Amino acid sequence: ADTVEDEMEMATVRHRPEALELLEAQSKFTKKELQILYRGFKNECPSGVVNEETFKEIYSQFFPQGDSTTYAHFLFNAFDTDHNGSVSFEDFVMGLSILLRGTVQEKLNWAFNLYDINKDGYITKEEMLDIMKAIYDMMGKCTYPVLKEDAPRQHVETFFQKMDKNKDGVVTIDEFIESCQKDENIMRSMQLFENVI
Amino acid sequence: MAAGVAAWLPFARAAAIGWMPVANCPMPLAPTEKNKRQDELIILNVSGRRFQTWRTTLERYPDTLLGSTEKEFFFNEDTKEYFFDRDPEVFRCILNFYRTGKLHYPRYECISAYDEELAFYGILPEIIGDCCYEEYKDRKRENAERLMDDNDSENNQEGSMPSLSFRQTMWRAFENPHTSTLALVFYYVTGFFIAVSVITNVVETVPCGTVPGNKELPCGERYAVAFFCLDTACVMIFTVEYLLRLFAAPSRYRFIRSVMSIIDVVAIMPYYIGLVMTNNEDVSGAFVTLRVFRVFRIFKFSRHSQGLRILGYTLKSCASELGFLLFSLTMAIIIFATVMFYAEKGSSASKFTSIPASFWYTIVTMTTLGYGDMVPKTIAGKIFGSICSLSGVLVIALPVPVIVSNFSRIYHQNQRADKRRAQKKARLARIRVAKTGSSNAYLHSKRNGLLNEALELTGSTEDEQHMTKGTSLIESQHHHLLHCLEKTTGLSYLVDDPLLSVRTSTIKNHEFIDEQLFEQNCMESSMQNYPSSRSPSLSSHHGLTTSCCSRRSKKTTHLPNSSVPATRLRSMQELSTIHIQCSEQPSLTTSRSSLNMKSDDGLRPNCKAAQITTAIISIPTPPALTPEGESRPPPPPPPPPGSPGHSTNISTATTTSNIVKVSAL
Repeated sequence: ADTVEDEMEMATVRHRPEALELLEAQSKFTKKELQILYRGFKNECPSGVVNEETFKEIYSQFFPQGDSTTYAHFLFNAFDTDHNGSVSFEDFVMGLSILLRGTVQEKLNWAFNLYDINKDGYITKEEMLDIMKAIYDMMGKCTYPVLKEDAPRQHVETFFQKMDKNKDGVVTIDEFIESCQKDENIMRSMQLFENVI
Repeated sequence: MAAGVAAWLPFARAAAIGWMPVANCPMPLAPTEKNKRQDELIILNVSGRRFQTWRTTLERYPDTLLGSTEKEFFFNEDTKEYFFDRDPEVFRCILNFYRTGKLHYPRYECISAYDEELAFYGILPEIIGDCCYEEYKDRKRENAERLMDDNDSENNQEGSMPSLSFRQTMWRAFENPHTSTLALVFYYVTGFFIAVSVITNVVETVPCGTVPGNKELPCGERYAVAFFCLDTACVMIFTVEYLLRLFAAPSRYRFIRSVMSIIDVVAIMPYYIGLVMTNNEDVSGAFVTLRVFRVFRIFKFSRHSQGLRILGYTLKSCASELGFLLFSLTMAIIIFATVMFYAEKGSSASKFTSIPASFWYTIVTMTTLGYGDMVPKTIAGKIFGSICSLSGVLVIALPVPVIVSNFSRIYHQNQRADKRRAQKKARLARIRVAKTGSSNAYLHSKRNGLLNEALELTGSTEDEQHMTKGTSLIESQHHHLLHCLEKTTGLSYLVDDPLLSVRTSTIKNHEFIDEQLFEQNCMESSMQNYPSSRSPSLSSHHGLTTSCCSRRSKKTTHLPNSSVPATRLRSMQELSTIHIQCSEQPSLTTSRSSLNMKSDDGLRPNCKAAQITTAIISIPTPPALTPEGESRPPPPPPPPPGSPGHSTNISTATTTSNIVKVSAL
């Protein structure tokens, strides 16, 4: 009997987001932008929350040629700030607010948080390798040049050479931010998606 | 991309910031929204019923009527709404398609009306969702068959066929007796003779009267001559008919192999064999056996009876079920026959002389016939005999109705499953094409975008007009996202060339212009230097250079659909590996020179020398670079012949932004 009720509860989970004014105050979006965001959000997730499966499904629609499930998993964890297994509209908006309207510092912080899989404040080579493989997976099989086996690893090496200042094998948040701020490309590309909404 | 998911594109793009710190090369610029309108409600008035939706909802599918500028033709200035003089009921489904991304087929709707509406709004029926697709296809097929039948009967009634050859007329007459009176006469005559033949075969064996000598003779022997004459007449008619059909058949080989013709041959063969054969005692036995085959003439009736044909077809298609029934029966028979044989072995004068002899008993008992010609005498035999008869009831009587109903159920299900499988295959193929189409669209738009910019650079306005068919904003944003991913990983999407060339065919008429343009650009920019920090961007456009260069070679070799030769790709590989290395050494001169040198190694024999230059990607460069522009980097040997006016273009390079003058390799 318990399981049946539990199942019913799970099926009818509804989540209503906080009031529009509150969200407007908390995030850096205008009311209209929030309206547009919510309409799209609610369309795909009528129940008001995104679970990881739906998240992966949605994200994979943008990358038909490759396998984006791993990266979507990391992304999901990055958005699910309270780690309760689902992304509500508030989480969604807060994440987007940082990515689209935040300062460069905040964006870099977010990226660091994405790479730091176990959220311990350090990016290790293994974590970076996982992320890198996930990104390369998204490209799929039909690429040119053909993806070599150790391409992700090499990429990680490059990354660590650039970021790991004291060569201790891990990248801390300060090293990360410092290195990124020195790199023109990265700085410029951070501004790339300003006008997305 | 599904409709609703398009709303998540901003999220996907924002999440791309996660790739930025990892990427080795700079990202392409985002597409700007030329006229960013605030999302507005638009009113669609369909025969008086007003529907309202957001403009962006409709723009999700830019290749339909409502999603493109085609709807402007229906804009009513006075009432500021779009008026469509169409069915509002079906429009509901169509609008829901835009909203939810799924197109449903309402069952109450007429299939042809629905098709017309879909065609009007520019929506492909293949998009219909899984829930409704089967129904849609079924009804469409039904309708098509009905129309076909109608057409056929119409044609027949008309009777005025375009000039068919005599042979074709004959074949039509044979297949469809209602086409002409002669055919009808022929049809009835053959039918009559078939009946006569069958009846004579039957009557031949009836004893009719006695002959002096007190011997009962069958009619066949009494009136032998009469029967022989009848037989001859029938066989002559059948032979003539067969030969005529053989002559008229469009495909004689197929006709000979068909079932009906085999029946025909088998029906008339015995007579001829009988004619040929002598009255030898040895062979007369075989000859008598052959006469049995005359009964096959009755199957000739199946040409005259639609029902017989359907029955035959049904049996043929239920053959597997019947076969299984037979097989299980055989198993049971063998089991029980063996048991009965060993049980009755002991008793004397037992009829169960062998296992095959027991088969007869088992069959008769299991089918509850019980002739009584073989009965078990021992107790064990009687016990097993009763078990046999009981199980016979179970084995035969029970499954038969189930099997009979299974026949129709499985038969229809099989048909539907096969249908669904075939449809699914076709649909999956289409979906795959659409998927690759989307990535093709990306490569294509990459090309288009760069061509656009190249055209803009040279200021040829007439070419610009050709390129006005741009992609929607969502598409361009999606492509930009994919482009960023390419840049991050240093790889590039590879697509089968035939599809790409299909797309390039749309701009075939610009091919010539493009080449001229590119040659022009290459000549101009042959001695250009380029801002150092942009050196790694070469690989981003090697996909483009691949396509345009391969097209160039295609022009010379006249192979429009050849896939990119592997040799060409190798040069790209060199370039792309270069760029990864380059990024690690951001010093100006070394990267530039190394790129220069490497690009020379990448000379390919097919390309003309004039086109081998370095790619120039300008970005909003700080003015500090202009002094550097004066000093020329080591020119790529061999220097393009007569490269004029290169110095004048340096200024243009710095002022123009985001233009890729693509040099080919």
